[in-house]
Amino acid sequence: MKTLTDVLSQVEQYAAAELRPRAGRFEAQEAIPREVLQGLAKHGIFGATLPTIYGGLALDPIQYGQLTEMVGKACNSVRELLTVHVSLVGESILRWGTGEQKQYWLPKMATGEVLAAFALTEPEVGSDANGIDSSYRQEGDHFILNGRKKWISFGDLADLYLVLASRGDEMTAFLVDSTMTGVSTTKMSNLLASNASHLAEIHFQDVEVPLGNVLGRVGGGFAYVVNSALDHGRYSIAWAGVAIAQEALDGMVTYGRTRRQGGRVIGAYAEVQQMIAEASVNIHASRALCIAAGQKRRDKHPDAVIETTMAKYFTSKMAMKVATDAVQVFGGNGFSREYPVERLFREAKALEIIEGTSQVLQPVIAQHALRTCYQQGWWRA
Amino acid sequence: MSTHEKIRHYIESNLVTFDASEAPFTDDDNIFEKGFLNSMFAMQMLTYIETEFNLTVDNDDLELINFSTVNNIVGLIEKKQRGRSSA
Repeated sequence: MKTLTDVLSQVEQYAAAELRPRAGRFEAQEAIPREVLQGLAKHGIFGATLPTIYGGLALDPIQYGQLTEMVGKACNSVRELLTVHVSLVGESILRWGTGEQKQYWLPKMATGEVLAAFALTEPEVGSDANGIDSSYRQEGDHFILNGRKKWISFGDLADLYLVLASRGDEMTAFLVDSTMTGVSTTKMSNLLASNASHLAEIHFQDVEVPLGNVLGRVGGGFAYVVNSALDHGRYSIAWAGVAIAQEALDGMVTYGRTRRQGGRVIGAYAEVQQMIAEASVNIHASRALCIAAGQKRRDKHPDAVIETTMAKYFTSKMAMKVATDAVQVFGGNGFSREYPVERLFREAKALEIIEGTSQVLQPVIAQHALRTCYQQGWWRA
Repeated sequence: MSTHEKIRHYIESNLVTFDASEAPFTDDDNIFEKGFLNSMFAMQMLTYIETEFNLTVDNDDLELINFSTVNNIVGLIEKKQRGRSSA
């Protein structure tokens, strides 16, 4: 019987052999090949955090974070699939699904037979998730869903969508099969990054969704499903930042030890070492933040949400800085697609935007500090 | 602390305001309509209740009304605790 360590070790080997060398090609081809998805499925990662009764690996949050780093270091788009399939949709069904919904969807998701995407964002709605325009109305034993979603990672590939739609002031989450009549997608291309992540617009035209496909309660879409899904998403993105930064540091160190200028390898210059030192410290700090958030998540501590928010905020900005420095170390070669650092640079930028922009998260973090760090008469103590 | 005190304390410690006295709320005030809590609070409150009181809140109990006032939250917790002890 395989232990968890065996599984993670095999995923690491698979990522090193099949993902890392091909990540740039996936991006250029704007797709992750089907056989790669099948290879990932064999290792069970599509059910990473799902309980074993559904065929999952039952990874705890820290183990899942380590898996995310491992995969994200090799290929950011495959990591993105983990984020949407496992963190955003899998965790949502596990938390809010009925017994029937869990029995039906989770085993299929764990094997990768069904791939899932999270359909919240719209052409006119990004950070203000409470203001979505997609709508639903009830007609007899089903809901009629109409609307248009945009920027949906793996929207072009997924078999199942977790769709958020509104009716007046209430928002509800629906599980929508991509083969339902009235569902269509338009693949998005020529993006700054994530071109292999099958981003798509999804159109819902009078889609008949059975009442049994509501996830959670009617009207409970925003307060519970969206907020908890984005919380899981932010945890995944936090580790994604560590992954990109570590890959960028590996790149700048390797380049720094081989590239010669002025008779010396450039890694011997203090200016390069300064960037390497900054990156090393910041990556260690980021990973520590992620592990701390993971421990709180594992223990179901109420502060898990804010610690996850802080980890996502910090690591996404840190990844951007480290990737920027990596391009700097590579100099002119940093501009070339022959070297992966330009891709890491582009991919890092996306982390500062998705699952809550840095600017959206700042007031949340500030409010937490304003509540918890206030010491009346502090200067007189 | 009683259940009531714990719930009030948890809400007060999560108010988005510089001065708790600026955000008075009674045990029957709708805490979400007061505007002193951020959008993530409903989920945080759910996690807090489940962890602090060792309960599982089912989908059927997830109406916002159950979490909208101190008294409603306390009522939900006591209902779940009664259900557990009679099971």
